[in-house]
Amino acid sequence: MRKTRRRNIKITISLAHYFTTDKMNNFSYTQAATAKEATGIRKDKADAAYIAGGTTLLDLMKAHLEEHSQLVDINALPFRGIEQTKDGLRIGAMERMSDVGENALVLQQYPAVSESLLLAASPQLRNMASIGGNMLQRTRCGYFRDAAFPCNKRVPGSGCPAIAGDNHNLAILGTSDACIATAYPGDLSVALAAFDAVLTLENAKGKQRRVPVTEFYLLPGKTPQKETVLEPGELIVAVTIPAAPHAQRSTYLKVRERSSYAYALASAAVGLDVQAGTIRSARVALGGVGAQPWRSSEAEKVLTGAPATEATFRAAAAAALRGAQPYKENAFKVELAQNTLVQALLKVAG
Amino acid sequence: MSEDFPTDFAAPSSGSAPQDGTRRSFMKQAGGLLGLALAPPLLSQAERLTAFSKTVEGVTTLQLKVNGTVRSLQAEPRVSLLDALREYLDLTGTKKGCDHGQCGACTVLVDGRRINSCLSLAVMNQGKEITTIEGLMKGEELHPMQEAFLKHDGFQCGYCTPGQIMSGVACVKEGHATTDDQCREWMSGNLCRCGAYPNIVAAVREVAGKA
Ligand SMILES: Cc1cc2nc3c(=O)[nH]c(=O)nc-3n(C[C@H](O)[C@H](O)[C@H](O)COP(=O)(O)OP(=O)(O)OC[C@H]3O[C@@H](n4cnc5c(N)ncnc54)[C@H](O)[C@@H]3O)c2cc1C
Ligand code: SF4
Ligand code: FES
Ligand code: FES
Repeated sequence: MRKTRRRNIKITISLAHYFTTDKMNNFSYTQAATAKEATGIRKDKADAAYIAGGTTLLDLMKAHLEEHSQLVDINALPFRGIEQTKDGLRIGAMERMSDVGENALVLQQYPAVSESLLLAASPQLRNMASIGGNMLQRTRCGYFRDAAFPCNKRVPGSGCPAIAGDNHNLAILGTSDACIATAYPGDLSVALAAFDAVLTLENAKGKQRRVPVTEFYLLPGKTPQKETVLEPGELIVAVTIPAAPHAQRSTYLKVRERSSYAYALASAAVGLDVQAGTIRSARVALGGVGAQPWRSSEAEKVLTGAPATEATFRAAAAAALRGAQPYKENAFKVELAQNTLVQALLKVAG
Repeated sequence: MSEDFPTDFAAPSSGSAPQDGTRRSFMKQAGGLLGLALAPPLLSQAERLTAFSKTVEGVTTLQLKVNGTVRSLQAEPRVSLLDALREYLDLTGTKKGCDHGQCGACTVLVDGRRINSCLSLAVMNQGKEITTIEGLMKGEELHPMQEAFLKHDGFQCGYCTPGQIMSGVACVKEGHATTDDQCREWMSGNLCRCGAYPNIVAAVREVAGKA
């Protein structure tokens, strides 16, 4: 009886959705020619937003999860190019996922980064979506995405129905009592976190700063609404990935509910430098299981200096998941993430 | 309008950024006679847009170049490219499935690249070359991809079909339909509720084989 009742409520909600989704609030649109102009608008207008590909922003605005009085188109900003620098490969934030994923330098030096891009979303979305926008995509937690429910991330202090509810696609590492979402549900940042990538950011004063991807994302703690260290109005200019043997010998393995066009249930970005059967250096990050892209220094410690064998990989996987806190519907992820990591390591070792 | 099928539109080469210069030279090539005649105002508009900021507020006149013809419409900046095509320009071949980037029914080509028109604003597509399912035919002659869908029964209800065909055209052009597996992966952005997938793959693969 109770069950039927609940189901009816759900149907009403989704019908309401159906009739309201495509009407966004009205906004003005500005194409910014320079970073200064873009950040200037944001400084004067707190509720303005940047738009790059629009594939996250317009999705959320159509569902009335975000409203903005002005959209600032940043596509004409000169945040372009994929070029070799002394610090590594520098990728402009406005580059598109498809172009970066198929770029020869990326393919050659960072196979895991290329795979993380080409296994994400769909060809159409990858043609639209920018690197900067990708890194700022929002969680796919069903409660966050449905304004009819409370959600600490969307409305701070309102509660987290996911902890006792539908959490099959949510996190098991780095969560808090306030939020258990995979705040970043995507792929690219997982690979970037693994290979020590560094972001270049620019604020309204034109001042640039550099932040490692591993320090860019914030764990939910008591403030799940604060997801990154990005200041209001600050722009992502570029991301730079240092060259390394373990980056060249790398892969990104993604496990999904269907074989394509879906978010990761679990994923692993791994890189190994193996010499004469011994692992000289290793990089490991997990996706789909952490509150944020989950770099595992625990797994890297087990791998470094050890023989490149399945036994080592199993031990590393166990270490990576040691602190996991599973919830009712996502306990399967503990084993899934370990197996995903082992498979990825076997692939690069072999 | 143009002499060639839109499959011949040069997609910006992957790996390098689609620079403005690429787009301009591409537009000059692609437009044919009429396209050339119409190109100057569009180009100068594109230049204006990048030269200094331009704010658009409320209902204004937008210009979209669709299937080789520049069309004007009066619309707010919040209107998606999909709604502009369907509701303002009466090009209802492009379908709205989910309106959230999840199904591919709204797939069109912009500057030769396939995109989901539901997650793009019309105002952002001014000065670009938009191709919809209505622009594939050459006179009375169907595009080879349309022929292949007919031949292989690549549809049942037909709702996803315009998106599948546009995506298929791009997929072949990109070189991502060289095997059945590759074709399935690179067509995965187009869902078919009727499950016509095997026949869709057959159609796209046949065109790829002839390309
Ligand atoms: C159906 C669907 C499936 C998807 N599947 C996957 C998947 O499997 N894996 C995956 O990784 N992703 C997936 N995505 C997410 C997709 O990759 C992102 O939506 C996309 O990368 C966002 O980029 P964008 O340029 O469109 O961002 P926008 O929507 O334009 O912007 C997103 C946010 O970032 C801000 N922003 C954008 N650029 C900058 C910048 N340079 N500086 C500061 N702020 C900026 C915007 O203001 C906005 O708040 C999927 C999306 C959809 C709709
Ligand atoms: S898990 Fe986080 S995003 Fe999901 S409902 Fe709870 S607070 Fe909101
Ligand atoms: S209508 Fe655009 S992807 Fe579904
Ligand atoms: S033919 Fe019906 S949805 Fe594809």
